[in-house]
Amino acid sequence: MKLSNKTKVLEQGEMTLAERMYLPAIVGGMATTLKHFFSKPVTIRYPEQKRYLGPVYRGQHILKRDEAGAERCTACGLCAVACPAEAISMVAEERKAGEESLYREEKYAKVYEINMLRCIFCGLCEEACPKEAIFLRHDTMVPVFHQRDEVIWGKDKLVEKMDHRYLRDGWK
Amino acid sequence: MKVTIDNITLEVEPGTTIMQAARMIGPEIAPPAMCYYEPLKGTGGKCRGCLVKVTAGSEKDPRPMPKLVPSCITTVQDGMIVENTINEQVLETRKGIVEFLLLNHPLDCPVCDQAGECHLQDFSFEHGVSSTRTVEERNTFEPVDLGPYIKLNMNRCILCYRCVYAADQLTEGRVHGVMHRGDHAEISTYIEKAIDNDFSGNVIDVCPVGALTDKTYRFKSRVWFSKPEDAHCDCDKCSGNVTLWYRGDEVIRVTGRKNEWGEVKEFICNTCRFERKKTSDWVIEGPTKIARHSVISANKYGANLIKPSFPIKQAALAYKPIDDDRDRSFLPAKKSLPSSEKK
Repeated sequence: MKLSNKTKVLEQGEMTLAERMYLPAIVGGMATTLKHFFSKPVTIRYPEQKRYLGPVYRGQHILKRDEAGAERCTACGLCAVACPAEAISMVAEERKAGEESLYREEKYAKVYEINMLRCIFCGLCEEACPKEAIFLRHDTMVPVFHQRDEVIWGKDKLVEKMDHRYLRDGWK
Repeated sequence: MKVTIDNITLEVEPGTTIMQAARMIGPEIAPPAMCYYEPLKGTGGKCRGCLVKVTAGSEKDPRPMPKLVPSCITTVQDGMIVENTINEQVLETRKGIVEFLLLNHPLDCPVCDQAGECHLQDFSFEHGVSSTRTVEERNTFEPVDLGPYIKLNMNRCILCYRCVYAADQLTEGRVHGVMHRGDHAEISTYIEKAIDNDFSGNVIDVCPVGALTDKTYRFKSRVWFSKPEDAHCDCDKCSGNVTLWYRGDEVIRVTGRKNEWGEVKEFICNTCRFERKKTSDWVIEGPTKIARHSVISANKYGANLIKPSFPIKQAALAYKPIDDDRDRSFLPAKKSLPSSEKK
């Protein structure tokens, strides 16, 4: 059945002797293969060897602490409402007296979860955050997960560790 | 009486204010209101957010009014011409008004429970500037518990007096009011006396900002994560018509039903507001209609959105059938357009 009038019928003529022997074509292919033995490979051996990700790469999420070590996130929910993949959820809690060194604002996130299967690493949460709390690290990628319960990242994985702080170029 | 607002002329009853006339046209024309609250008598004229330009006072005296007038307390006169959104002076003044209202207002919207349904947020988003020029210290107060249900954050108050009028007109004995004068003025109760009255919870609904908030809802959720449903119950104290705010299957907040101006017409009692927080207490009527631009409609995919009526009306008025007299004889008969058949 003809769907359109655009089809063209190719007429192939009789093959020449060289073409019928196939040998010149095989030798030409071998030469191409041989050439690649001596050129620089375009791939890298990924898990052992890593590429430079660039200063604006959007990798693993981190919930920053401020200079004194208090959590910046105040569970305002703007990251969650900005998230196009609806990957973020949170539960807020009121800060009690005596917890001022732990949480910077009156309210903090008791639970903060990111579903890494849903996340598309667009960085809109980082843009929406009014408290400069959530960032996508430029130097770390989210590791591969093998179990379903590794997929949802809670505060234990997201909050910045004080002995391993995250800094970007341009931050003081 | 004939009144023209932003080049749109309409007939209104004598005694109508400019604000009410503008609201008849639609939300695109209506000036913003921070202190004016239609169901409460005597409100308005305090925040100056609704200032408009009157370019012709009336038919008999068509001189313009020398200064901008507050539209919520100025009644219309026959032949009055008002400019709201099309007047440069009005828009410039509103920037100043926002700046004044935000003089002492903290920027704690990420913490505040009102964020998302806050009139001051809307007002400053639409009319304000994005930067601040003040370097002075803001007035700060400690948050106060007014009884077991209401939290007063005086920092956020813009002194609109709505709650004072609400308490005056809804309850028998008002125990809170405005203390001190000028820059020191603050909403307070007599020696922090607890408000215990059946209708005291309505001050939460009338508050345009997050100064008076529901303690039972405090930090439970953000407004845009909860899903509003209209519901009613048999209540011997009030009408029982409320809006339930759901998170999942859980009622996290009960408020009065707000109309498109954010005003509650039927005030509800404290039993309905604070104690009936089970779905079994209520008869659900269906999802609340939410304006399309509201953040509350975010991530809700229902067909319960209010589409903006004014542009739809304008588009219908401006619609002209296409004058298409091209030769269509080569088309099969069944494919001819319905508009050409009418001709």
